[in-house]
Amino acid sequence: MAEGWDSGTKETVRKIPLLTVNAGPRDKDQWTKRLKEELQALIKYIQINKSTDSDWFTITSNKDGTHWSGKCWYIHELIKYEFDFEFDIPATYPTTAPEIKIPSLDGKTAKMYRGGAICLTVHFKPLWAKNSPHFGVGHAMCLGLAPWMAAEIPHLVDSGVISSAS
Amino acid sequence: MVDSALTANVRRELSKLQADLDALQTDNLRGQLERLNDQLSNMPTPASQFATHAVGGSMGDMQSTRPKEMSAEVVDSNPYSRLMALQRMGIVKDYQRIRDKTIAVVGVGGVGSVAAEMLTRCGIGRLLLYDYDKVELANMNRLFFRPEQAGMTKTEAAAQTLAGINPDVAIESYTMNITTLQGFDAFKASVTNADGASRVDLILSCVDNYEARMTINQVCLELEQTWMESGVSEDAVSGHIQVVIPGETACFACVPPLVVASGIDERTLKREGVCAASLPTTMGIIAGLLVQNTLKFLLDFGQVTRYLGYSSLTDFFPTMDIKPNPGCSNPLCPKLQAAYQQQYNSEEALAARSAAATAAAGAEAEAATHEDNDWGIEVVSDAGPAASPGAGSAGQQGGLAAGLQYSFPVASMDPYDLKKDAVEDSTADVDDLMSQLQALNTQS
Repeated sequence: MAEGWDSGTKETVRKIPLLTVNAGPRDKDQWTKRLKEELQALIKYIQINKSTDSDWFTITSNKDGTHWSGKCWYIHELIKYEFDFEFDIPATYPTTAPEIKIPSLDGKTAKMYRGGAICLTVHFKPLWAKNSPHFGVGHAMCLGLAPWMAAEIPHLVDSGVISSAS
Repeated sequence: MVDSALTANVRRELSKLQADLDALQTDNLRGQLERLNDQLSNMPTPASQFATHAVGGSMGDMQSTRPKEMSAEVVDSNPYSRLMALQRMGIVKDYQRIRDKTIAVVGVGGVGSVAAEMLTRCGIGRLLLYDYDKVELANMNRLFFRPEQAGMTKTEAAAQTLAGINPDVAIESYTMNITTLQGFDAFKASVTNADGASRVDLILSCVDNYEARMTINQVCLELEQTWMESGVSEDAVSGHIQVVIPGETACFACVPPLVVASGIDERTLKREGVCAASLPTTMGIIAGLLVQNTLKFLLDFGQVTRYLGYSSLTDFFPTMDIKPNPGCSNPLCPKLQAAYQQQYNSEEALAARSAAATAAAGAEAEAATHEDNDWGIEVVSDAGPAASPGAGSAGQQGGLAAGLQYSFPVASMDPYDLKKDAVEDSTADVDDLMSQLQALNTQS
């Protein structure tokens, strides 16, 4: 694991179960097994979050487990900022990681690709590549989306791009 | 040839030419003129007439215009005269074969658009263009696109310009993202013919991200299709091209980029990843290298490079052969490697190679004129032993000289560690687990 990660994240990601089935949605039979592992790992991760009072997202998928969406939130100076996120499982999964999107922030930050895909290139993709196929959706949330929000939301709030509407 | 005609008797030659011209049938000339006029009036026609749009359009609309003959006539009005001259110069055997070739250019950005223009000007038979993006003013530091095209899709804008440059080229444009599940299937279908085989001669990867490269790699492994990868670094000062022949060379998954995530503070996430630098020079050079290699591959001349790098700061152009990785993480690749080895070692292939070697040796023997060789000097091949299987990711370190070590971490985890940290066996099915997850979403 990278040296720069804070100890909390490191601690948590170790507890998310690893996945063993190397299959993407194009492998019809194996994908069901992989999807089961994805769901089990996610359930475990959310349970850990709830037990440490650090719940920060909800998530559901379509029936095939190929499209995922939910809400994620971040507390900055005691104010909660909440966003809808979504992503598709790419055809070459799990060799390549999912592109997590927050459409409502599209165009508001430079750390984002067109369409609202958050930038995962530097902090997350290398980790994913090293740990494929054992990382899953839960790891993408923990090591991809969470640190992106931790870095970006305070910046967006401080520069007045977003405000606590709710 | 032209020079020799223009010697001392220029004047006499010219008057003879004049007489020849007068003798030419005027009907013939008029016909030629009309054809040229027709061509000219076709040029500014909107691209949509030439391009078949896959999205919402019919793919069956294969332009029936079969390649017309490329004229080798040296006149100002012949767009192919300088290309056909390659034959006279003895570089290319039959240049016209290019009219029968189909190339897919995936990614119509700084490299892809220029590569597509080069192929169009070379008179390629058919071009398939893929991109999901739109032209922006931020693209204007690169070649090809013009400011007034901002807002158009890159495929549409490119098809328009290219059809204007050379209406002989059949252009199909596909506005799609190939990395999604649907995009993958649509991309694969678009390069496949009715028999399930590839209908293109070569796929050029001009994309800017790892996911799209892995998608092309997967499609090409499945179709056993040769492709060429290209890339320009984010700092815009280096680039490379690489040929991938499934089973014969390394595939794109054989040698993953050496990514080392270390010392990254999550509060200092870099912005450069999103806003990469680019230069028209580097992009143009890489596009030139890519299309040059493509022409050599299509028309069988010169040596087709397997890998060519370009480091502009030091003017360094490394070339190398990248052997396939027996421990490649893509299960299709080792299968194709085995098939290639079997073919390579088959009796026919051995016989063909030995015949070629004998012929080459014969030619060499003729060339050698030395009768004595007191010092026992001999020429030895600098090629290494053919296809020695390198150490895979598993069982590393074996076969490495002392003092060397692999940088890339061992790909497969220790099964015991994995078992310990993996998800536990569960009798619950997907539906059960989905409702469990849903329950977690509502409970606080």
